[in-house]
Amino acid sequence: MLNYSLRRLGSAVPTLFLLITFAFFLIRVAPGGPFDSERALPPEIEANLAAKYHLDEPLVVQYARYLWQMVRGDLGPSFHYLDWSVNDLIAQGAPVSFALGLAALVLALAIGVVVGAWAALRQNRPTDYTVMSIAMVGISIPNFVMAPLLILVFAVMLGWLPAGGWAFSFDRMVLPVITLALPMIAYIARITRGSMIEVLHSSYIRTVRAKGMPEKEVILRHALKPALLPVISYLGPAAAAILTGSVVVERIFTIPGIGSYFVQGALNRDYTLVMGVVILYGVLIILFNFLVDLLYAWLDPRIRYDEGGTET
Amino acid sequence: MNEATRDAFEQALDTREVRGRSLYVDAWHRLLRNRAAVMAVAILIVMVALVSFGPMLSDWDHEIPDWDNYSQPPSLETGHPFGTDALGRDLFVRTLIGGRISLLVGLVATLVSLLIGVSWGAFAGYVGGRVDNVMMRIVDAVYAMPFMFFVILLMVVFGRNIYLIFIAIGAINWLDMARIVRGQTLSLKNKDFVEAARACGATEWQVIRRHIVPNLLGVVIVYVTLTIPQVILVESFLSFLGLGVQEPLTSWGALVNEGAQELETAPWSLLYPATFLAVTLFAFNFLGDGLRDALDPKDRL
Repeated sequence: MLNYSLRRLGSAVPTLFLLITFAFFLIRVAPGGPFDSERALPPEIEANLAAKYHLDEPLVVQYARYLWQMVRGDLGPSFHYLDWSVNDLIAQGAPVSFALGLAALVLALAIGVVVGAWAALRQNRPTDYTVMSIAMVGISIPNFVMAPLLILVFAVMLGWLPAGGWAFSFDRMVLPVITLALPMIAYIARITRGSMIEVLHSSYIRTVRAKGMPEKEVILRHALKPALLPVISYLGPAAAAILTGSVVVERIFTIPGIGSYFVQGALNRDYTLVMGVVILYGVLIILFNFLVDLLYAWLDPRIRYDEGGTET
Repeated sequence: MNEATRDAFEQALDTREVRGRSLYVDAWHRLLRNRAAVMAVAILIVMVALVSFGPMLSDWDHEIPDWDNYSQPPSLETGHPFGTDALGRDLFVRTLIGGRISLLVGLVATLVSLLIGVSWGAFAGYVGGRVDNVMMRIVDAVYAMPFMFFVILLMVVFGRNIYLIFIAIGAINWLDMARIVRGQTLSLKNKDFVEAARACGATEWQVIRRHIVPNLLGVVIVYVTLTIPQVILVESFLSFLGLGVQEPLTSWGALVNEGAQELETAPWSLLYPATFLAVTLFAFNFLGDGLRDALDPKDRL
């Protein structure tokens, strides 16, 4: 397992390098620069700014400088939020996005799996159809529709919860977390139902049932674990996406997370900030996909990564 | 042997008249039995008719304000069944015009992704070996990239025009298609009937035409139906952020964005476009699900 892990982490380096290179040159191709403004700056000031941020150097030199900085864990100064480094910005926004994302993930996983398994056990009965239709509605309503609707009902009409703003408190987190979790619940429920049905029709479940094991045991001990495999592989990229924040949810609920850094950074030509978020996202994706593979091996004993390197 | 038994025998033996049904005829019948899918088709037909011809039936234009009615709630007396927005523009017409754009983006961008994804995936799967490995590594690498970033950059670099939206969204959505088609091609290539065809002396081209393409079709159809709502969603998301369709044109996403800002004073300006968007996505998803059930005999449990 250790051997495999090292190999996997080794192969992540070129992927990450590719990602960084691609993103670096792509954003530099975009017209306009971080210090463009309505009012033309005097040429000396522009030259000074360019010199301070090394924008006067050839692109390749800047690229090498950036890589070297990054290897030492420094993502550079922000080009837009003066006096802020990208490390500081991410350190400030990340806990907020992580907290929301994690809460939504846990909620979605708990509800989605239970509902999906429940529907699978009542396959093709009214309960199943009802639950799956509701799940389809959940998938079909985009979060930028769901969020205003939730605000309209719970904040404006009922007045139970605040409409926006941020604090690490229950009442301010409820609506954003629900908005983030709803489509995930729907996806997880659908995936769980599908794989659960497949597992329940497999021959080893028939064997276990024939041996007279109580239905509860059959489901909890034998069916649920393999049925979770597709859910886990969905969760990998989904977790990376949700932990880096949702620009929609952050914008609608006015939450200071890292989701909005992305769009704002690109619009402001804040090169380093955009790169920082891209790198964070890339690292998370690679990390979670790796965790998914490890979880796979744990959930399905047939999968062994080290013996001859066969991956089934 | 009495009469009845002989009849039964004859009926049982009379198989010559029965013609083999193709997978697609079979699938069609299964689809027609799926009430949710049939309903979805009906909704989509109505929706397409409405956005195509609806604006012609209205007295209002999607650009020109009704100077007497700003932010009016829906009412037949003023002639605005969905009300008007803050500038006095008729929301009924705007919702339908927005629908045109949303559906158009859905179709065109899906076609773009279909074109790239199928050729990429089929080529990688069919050639196999090193080529396949390299091509799929590229897909993996692109997969790890935050795609919104690309779209935003593309919008910024080339300006926000609608053709770019088609291509940009299509160009990021081909990855799944490529993976699915590649997997399918890979497994088809090694099937016994392909080997049999080769043994009979079929040329490479004949194998592709007779065996690979028809067997890929089912997967592709299902995936296309499921990609359209995704693409519509991406476009609405872009428009919601103000990066998509620009005024005076509009789309459901842009309308939802406007509506969300006037949520407390004019909830109808959110509710109508949001309902149209959700119903359309709902119908596409249900149709896609129905098609998958109909085309994939493996799932008939």
